[in-house]
Amino acid sequence: MILTAPLAALGRATLALLAMIGQVALFALSALSHILRPPFYGREFASALLNVGWLSLPVVGLTAIFTGAALALQIYDGGSRFSAEAVVPQIVAIGMVRELGPVLVGLMVAARVTSSIAAEIATMKVTEQIDALVTLSTHPMKYLTAPRVLAALLVVPLLVGVGDIIGVYGGFLVATGTLGFNPATYITNTWNFLENSDIISSLIKGSVFGFIAATMGCYYGMNSGRGAQGVGRATKSSVQAAAVLILAANFALTSLFFAS
Amino acid sequence: MITFDNVHKSFGPKKVLRGVNLEIPKGESMVIIGGSGTGKSVALKCVLGLITPDSGTINVDGKDATLGDRDAFLARFGMLFQGGALFDSLSVWQNVAFRLLRGSLKRPKDEAREIAIEKLRRVGLTPDVADLFPSELSGGMQKRVGLARAIAAEPEIIFFDEPTTGLDPIMSGVINDLIREIVVEMGATAMTITHDMTSVRAIADKVAMLHDGVIQWTGPVSEMDNSGDPYLTQFISGSAEGPIEAVR
Repeated sequence: MILTAPLAALGRATLALLAMIGQVALFALSALSHILRPPFYGREFASALLNVGWLSLPVVGLTAIFTGAALALQIYDGGSRFSAEAVVPQIVAIGMVRELGPVLVGLMVAARVTSSIAAEIATMKVTEQIDALVTLSTHPMKYLTAPRVLAALLVVPLLVGVGDIIGVYGGFLVATGTLGFNPATYITNTWNFLENSDIISSLIKGSVFGFIAATMGCYYGMNSGRGAQGVGRATKSSVQAAAVLILAANFALTSLFFAS
Repeated sequence: MITFDNVHKSFGPKKVLRGVNLEIPKGESMVIIGGSGTGKSVALKCVLGLITPDSGTINVDGKDATLGDRDAFLARFGMLFQGGALFDSLSVWQNVAFRLLRGSLKRPKDEAREIAIEKLRRVGLTPDVADLFPSELSGGMQKRVGLARAIAAEPEIIFFDEPTTGLDPIMSGVINDLIREIVVEMGATAMTITHDMTSVRAIADKVAMLHDGVIQWTGPVSEMDNSGDPYLTQFISGSAEGPIEAVR
């Protein structure tokens, strides 16, 4: 009995994990199906676009510009070890567009948007607002989840695009301001080096990360426990899950796009 | 008419409803009383499909509540939630007119706003609260707004979940009177759950006492004080002595 107890605990944890993966997958499919079927709630969609997109711009911009700037310094310093300082524009561009832009924007959206969605919906659940929606003939998945998930799906790629540009600009500022690069050459080198596939992969990653961030916020909010503790736990779990899934999806997508 | 037929519901090992049988005739006001945690809210939520019973059936006008068009079914109901359950992100009038701004009962925005203001007036609130947000209202005002929302689409059946919880005695009296007036005026079937005996006397035509997952006693409110039922007598008197175990 004592010997098998750890195994039983491991089995229980594995089964619980598998059940949760199944629940999240079904929830995500349900969210997608509600996006495609009427009724559509335009006001909620517009409000979600504003919250996920426009209001995330400052944090995305600041994250991208500092990361791009730090990247330029690191590449210059690292490159100088084998006389490759000149590759700063190219590496900053590829690093920001392929990898750091989408991942950092995804993580910032997870921190800002996933948490706020989870806290808002969880509070609605504990104060019976979700039950009230049902009694008012309004499907919570359609009214709360579909607009937020669709908004994130569409607007996070735009945030990633903005983040990529600002990140590259951060590198440009440092390279031309302190490292002695010629501005025109820097821009030409960046522009000539990037390929369409780099940009497209970046935007696709943005869309997937946006979907993950909003879906996790809605899932944990809808399944929140009771009281303030339930709301707190839902918020924390949603951000953890979104961040881990974004990093895992990033690896999967990078393998799919570039590991050939 | 709403009929509960041998309804059971458990949450894990906890058996909350153990075979509830109850009839609420059309146009009557039924108040379900019972201690905290006895399953009153669960019974009410089972009717609306917010909770699915494990077994038994609930019929509304002879039709199984779980079958048929959900939207059409729910359009017949209005509900006042215990904490109001007003939507924080919407103004007071948008809360009241929620059902009139979307779905099958959708009206033009101006008309919906007018109806909302009229309903707010009906529950004793002035039009200047229409553009406030729920967080700017007191508890009593939130209950009134919740009541206005419950009656906005002229439902045939209205549910009241602990309508006076958290209110002072005078505001409780006001809400009780409003509920009674509105139910009589609309000719609606009403189901109220409460443990406030003042509410029971003000609102009820009939009373049902839920204890241990079953209806212990049901009858007209006029017979409540002389029922002879030990559970009901103990509950009304608020005594710690009797068949209902009181944890001290």
